[in-house]
Amino acid sequence: MKLHLRVWRQTSAEDRGRFEDYELDDVSPDSSFLEMLDLLNEQLLEQRKMPVAFDHDCREGICGMCGLMVDGMAHGPIPGHTVCQLHMRHFKDGDRIVIEPWRVAAFPVVQDLVVDRGSFDRILQHGGFISFATGTAPEANSILIPKDRADTAMDAATCIGCGACAAACPNGSATLFTAAKVGHLGHLPQGQPERYQRVVGMVDQMDAEGFGGCTNVGACTSVCPKEIGQDFISQMNRDYRRAMLGGAGD
Amino acid sequence: MWRSSIGKKIIMAGTGLIWIGYLLLHMYGNLKVFAGQEAFNHYAESLRTLGEPMVGHGHALLLARVVLTLTLVAHIWAAVALTRIAQQARPVGYAKFRPASGNYATVTMRWGGLALGLFILYHLAHLTWNVRVLTGAYEPGNTFDKLVVGFNNPVNVVLYLLALMAVGFHLWHGGASFFQTMGWRIAASRQWIRVLTGSLAVAIPVGFAVVPLAVAAGWVA
Ligand code: FES
Repeated sequence: MKLHLRVWRQTSAEDRGRFEDYELDDVSPDSSFLEMLDLLNEQLLEQRKMPVAFDHDCREGICGMCGLMVDGMAHGPIPGHTVCQLHMRHFKDGDRIVIEPWRVAAFPVVQDLVVDRGSFDRILQHGGFISFATGTAPEANSILIPKDRADTAMDAATCIGCGACAAACPNGSATLFTAAKVGHLGHLPQGQPERYQRVVGMVDQMDAEGFGGCTNVGACTSVCPKEIGQDFISQMNRDYRRAMLGGAGD
Repeated sequence: MWRSSIGKKIIMAGTGLIWIGYLLLHMYGNLKVFAGQEAFNHYAESLRTLGEPMVGHGHALLLARVVLTLTLVAHIWAAVALTRIAQQARPVGYAKFRPASGNYATVTMRWGGLALGLFILYHLAHLTWNVRVLTGAYEPGNTFDKLVVGFNNPVNVVLYLLALMAVGFHLWHGGASFFQTMGWRIAASRQWIRVLTGSLAVAIPVGFAVVPLAVAAGWVA
């Protein structure tokens, strides 16, 4: 199939950037979106032009490196998918596709479609540590965790930190990411000793990084490749309130 | 606490709740027009004598006004602060953006809130400060008369109904957001929160709307 691509090009963080239009022929419907971009890059290299820079690693939807705004939708039009797992069969011959990087102040553009998501790392760092007895390996079942708690913690832990939540949020908020990371340890016994200092550390860092506030729109969950739910946001709000206004520890 | 985004949201939730409570009381008072002129005026006067003799004349009303003003100012302050943070969070917009979620109520929260703020000013000017705009002559001190004469002008009826629509949207998203911000919206409570905020978002505007409609229809005169 033939595609008309409009791609954001920006040589460096200082460059103002601009859109460029490309025509791409012979795109297989079985290729992934990133493979389609690989094809574009081969074409650009043949023309002795700079290839388009974009982030990727596993291309299996599990690492969280990829992330593009495809036609105004984070990770493209298919819910529950990363852009590396998006296939070209979801597009039609002759389609025009606009491809942009995440637009969030806390994710500065490095080059073309690559953004710096270091702000997410710093939010994680401000979660701090958990207290744990080191030494000999503990007996596997010495800490019992109810199945539903383990499942909830696992749901939160599926967050791959791709940044689509903040990219799709009308407020540019990283609330779903932070809530998933807070909820992950917050639901497990191992996470209890530092539960409240962790939520304060992470939320305050989220604000300090310049992300927006949540207005309960739900766009984040809609685009999340792991479909992480709004409940985690509610739980983070509750933990933060308890940590700040009392009630922590009950 | 209040420096954080969640702290500001808690301010919005708490002050919003006070206003929902106030709207319910206000609606109850309005519906007294159907009990007749005397009962309605008596009710209006009793707002001033509320709590007497323990509380001085008009003091309970004054307290209510102070609380409502302060909570409204806090609500607006937090909303403006959060809007500015959101604008700074995305200084460069998308060339193409398709909202992944949100309905009419979510996208009109900010503009709808601004419209409501302006309407409240008009409403106060009209009925509390007795500015004679878009209203005919009424008997001074006769609240019932003031209401009926005011709503005899169709412009006021239309403005009022539009504002009520904005109230409904604001409550629909704001009500659910209250529970989300307080951390009480989880899978188990989602359904009843939807029912509760949905019924409030319908019941409050309808409860208010029957009064101007009844005046326009000539049932209250
Ligand atoms: S490249 Fe690893 S999730 Fe897409």
